[in-house]
Amino acid sequence: MTRDRGPSKFSPEVGIDLAGARKRVGTALNAGLAGVLLSILVVCVLVLAVAILHGTDATVLAKLAKWTPFLAQGFLLNVVMSLIAISAGTLGGIFLGMGQIAPFGWISWPSKVLTQIFRNAPWLVLLFYCIFLLPYQVRIAGQTFVVANWLRASIGLTIPVIANFSEIVRGAMQSIPSGQWEAARSLGYTWRQSVHQVILPQCIKRMLPPWMNLYAVLLMATPLASIVGTQEALTNLRTALQAEADGRLLLPFYAYLLSWFFIYSYPIARFSMRLEKRFAIH
Amino acid sequence: MKFFRALHERGGINLTIFYDPFDMSRFIHGLYLTVVLFLICAVASVLLGLFAVAFLTLPYRVPRAIVRGYVAFFRNTPPLVQIYFFYFGLGALVPTSRNAYGLPVAMVNNFDWALIALSLYAGAFNVEIFRAGIEAIHHSIVEAATALGYSKAATFLHVMVPLAWRISLPALSNNLIELLKTTTLAYAIGVPELLYVSNQIWSDNINTFAMMNVLMVVYLLLVGVVAIAMHRWERVLKLPGFGAAR
Repeated sequence: MTRDRGPSKFSPEVGIDLAGARKRVGTALNAGLAGVLLSILVVCVLVLAVAILHGTDATVLAKLAKWTPFLAQGFLLNVVMSLIAISAGTLGGIFLGMGQIAPFGWISWPSKVLTQIFRNAPWLVLLFYCIFLLPYQVRIAGQTFVVANWLRASIGLTIPVIANFSEIVRGAMQSIPSGQWEAARSLGYTWRQSVHQVILPQCIKRMLPPWMNLYAVLLMATPLASIVGTQEALTNLRTALQAEADGRLLLPFYAYLLSWFFIYSYPIARFSMRLEKRFAIH
Repeated sequence: MKFFRALHERGGINLTIFYDPFDMSRFIHGLYLTVVLFLICAVASVLLGLFAVAFLTLPYRVPRAIVRGYVAFFRNTPPLVQIYFFYFGLGALVPTSRNAYGLPVAMVNNFDWALIALSLYAGAFNVEIFRAGIEAIHHSIVEAATALGYSKAATFLHVMVPLAWRISLPALSNNLIELLKTTTLAYAIGVPELLYVSNQIWSDNINTFAMMNVLMVVYLLLVGVVAIAMHRWERVLKLPGFGAAR
């Protein structure tokens, strides 16, 4: 403490400079590295706790290493499901969001109602809907395709993403100064043209941080697919634990999976925070 | 009751919860558990958020780092895995007592673990919300309090918290709605809340679609109640000349 406060007491400039330097070092160190270090620390502490409670045992680490490829395979599915849901959800959300502020009542009312329903329903309930109600197989041009469980789960995750992104789009479009709308109109643009060529391009900057937040929330929701029987990371983890049938492995295995999600998500969260600060309107 | 029985027999919409006493009592108990889970977690997570934010305002590095680590960890890991981690991982370490039949009973049951996990999860988001609220207070107000002779603790408690609370309320109400939606995850560790009992009911009666619609409507109504209550509170607490003009 005293070490930090020392110089600033005598010459404020030095103090400010030091603070600036620390901030720069902090920025350079941030995101990925901090996330990795913190996760490793968490895993180490937990493994240590288990070792103290159950006597020293190196087999825990060996077991973690043994099941890593299997977990990675499941985690890949989590990432794939999240990417499908964010792509489809973003596309759907843009249209639903534009629909919400459309000047035609027969478009804007249904858009608003749909947005509110799917934004406020629990993700797990929507997931159940899609798992039970979507067809198990579809016939396209005489050919029968089986709809895999993970694909139905992805669709189930897409629905809340559409609704949440719809709100982000609406918020961003309404935050554009009305002068822009009026200017577009006075230049003879139709409503559709002014949205596509004037308003939406200006919204991208404002939508980016909440969109990244939404992606993080979505990724955190992908393990829900394990409840409805998708072979993703959490399912694979539980399979591994059943195969090992060893109570000492429970804590380190779950901590291990938590750290995987953390390492993937923390850099995104830091990046979106930085973007938010940079784009903040003062 | 007659109406819903007739609806089943003639209309093909089987809503057992409205005419079968057993299903009705199950459903109401599930609703009760969801509401209790939500209310306790809401209060606990708000208190947790306030305490953690108090630590953030202290000029000590270690408590600040702990709070930051807590927030980062709980915000960037899946709540479902957190719940499993608590229930299966930590639950295995908790000592068990024996009940009247001599069977082992965990001292912390699945409902308690759901409470703990959900409170910690929602609390992490509350910390960020309150931090933003405190940062939004203009420093001149804090200076004015200091000039009036308030101690640091009194400034925090009597000046900063009441103002930050008002600034944070809209974000807090969003987070509480998220929390209400997240209580469904207690399903995964067998807490018989609304989703769990609904699943039992639709498995017993094979009325999946009808029950799901009921479930959806009930959750939307609950969310609506929370949203309206929080909005009312916001208006009651509104200070004239403070906060964004509407």
